[in-house]
Amino acid sequence: MTDLGELARDLAPRVLGILVRRYGDFAACEDAVQEALVDAVTQWPADGMPDNPAGWLVTVASRRRIAALRSDQARSRRELTVALLDPAAEPGPAEDDTLTVMLLCCHPLLTEPSQVALTLRAVGGLSTAEIARAFLVPEPAVGQRISRAKAKLAGVSFLLPVADDLPGRVAALNRVLYLVFNEGYTASSGPDLHRAGLTAEAIRLTRQLRDLLPEHGETAGLLALMLLTEARRPARTEPDGALVPLGDQDRSRWDRRLIAEGTDLITRTITAAPVGPYQLQAAIAAVHDEAGRAEDTDWAQILALYDHLAALAPGPMITLNRLVAVAMVHGPRRALTELDAVAGDPSLAGHHRLHAIRAHLLDQAGDQAAAAGEYRLAARLTLSLPERRYLESRASAVGRWFRSGCR
Amino acid sequence: MKYVVLIWSNPGSRRIWESLSATERAGGLRVYAELTAELRDSGELLASEALADPDLTVRIPASGQAKDLRTDAPLAEAKEHLAGFYLIDVADAARAAQIAARIPEARHGMVEVRPVMNYDMPDL
Repeated sequence: MTDLGELARDLAPRVLGILVRRYGDFAACEDAVQEALVDAVTQWPADGMPDNPAGWLVTVASRRRIAALRSDQARSRRELTVALLDPAAEPGPAEDDTLTVMLLCCHPLLTEPSQVALTLRAVGGLSTAEIARAFLVPEPAVGQRISRAKAKLAGVSFLLPVADDLPGRVAALNRVLYLVFNEGYTASSGPDLHRAGLTAEAIRLTRQLRDLLPEHGETAGLLALMLLTEARRPARTEPDGALVPLGDQDRSRWDRRLIAEGTDLITRTITAAPVGPYQLQAAIAAVHDEAGRAEDTDWAQILALYDHLAALAPGPMITLNRLVAVAMVHGPRRALTELDAVAGDPSLAGHHRLHAIRAHLLDQAGDQAAAAGEYRLAARLTLSLPERRYLESRASAVGRWFRSGCR
Repeated sequence: MKYVVLIWSNPGSRRIWESLSATERAGGLRVYAELTAELRDSGELLASEALADPDLTVRIPASGQAKDLRTDAPLAEAKEHLAGFYLIDVADAARAAQIAARIPEARHGMVEVRPVMNYDMPDL
């Protein structure tokens, strides 16, 4: 995506808001904005940037919308007249419905995959084809998700949710942005460059949301979490594509600029806003990122943050990741005892991470034979091919160590 | 998440199918058509095919020095054979199971759901 394209996409939700206010019909206006973005990306590099890019997009999108209305024989004559009489006014600076557009795309009527697809298109300005490539799904499937989502929103009014609904709606939007980031962050390098671009897209949209809601602690926490996580990306794979766990990463390859920005943001936020799960996860990431060497990691602080997180937003992954910190602070035997106590939990039973972490703890505790078995079991249960390769390599490494140690 | 829904067949389930009246068969096929249309409409369907008769299966023979590692399946003569599949992309495993349960063969225990491997690089 060119810089001009990104600038046009930054304006997309604002332009869409103006069109919806002017013509109604969110679905049709969204199509018109999408077409205007395509025009911008082809015309701006050749003709130069317009003086008022937002005004340019509104004018072009309006023309597209009116042309669609004209060709639509089913529309009433009255509606057409209203559309044609409307002056092609410059957008007033006060009319910024970006947040309304963002929250509408994450409406509770929509399924999560539809929320993600619609947000990337209507707010992010990505084409259906780009979204399909990023999510490794055929284009018609994404097209269907978007058109069905828009059909479901047909009866929903284009208004900011009322104060009572707002926290839940912003939380759903944060969740969608988190999913987009994660999709990009877990993308393997090489053939999946479109997918990897999703982290930049998620960061861009989260920055946009934070500008609109600067006092919202969890949005700031989410942005900090993304920055602190993204900072480690250059170090998390070997040149051959193999996974490198956090403790073994070459920390000189971490992005210091992102770490500084993320650390500053979470430090300011966590003292000012009511604390939430994204802020705590960002704080944990910041503690990892500030350690120059893995052995310098302040595990006691990480454990304290996990204790807080487990109380605030319990979940299977938090339970398991917390045990890694327990082992570093209190030793692997204590962590293994705690792991056995939670292993029967239905949300953990049969999960490959349970076995991967037990393997890691057994390895630390000096029981390499049992560790090899648990690594092998985890390798069989994961759905990720790179993780399976990593776990298989751990199984043979500890197995070898065990056999040579016994000799 | 992507899942493949596998629809199996065996002589018992074929006998049941062959014993159905034309109307009953049409009803069964309509369930498939409706499910496929619904999944296409929701954007969850990635691919779906019915497979030809297992008698048309061609097995590639073990060649050269390679050892033939066949155990008992999958063989053309095996009692069970794959009759068709859906490849779907859905929110979670529960949704995949919900879709699979609507396939008529599920009543006879002939449908299974398997997650698809991915290339995700999780944090370790």
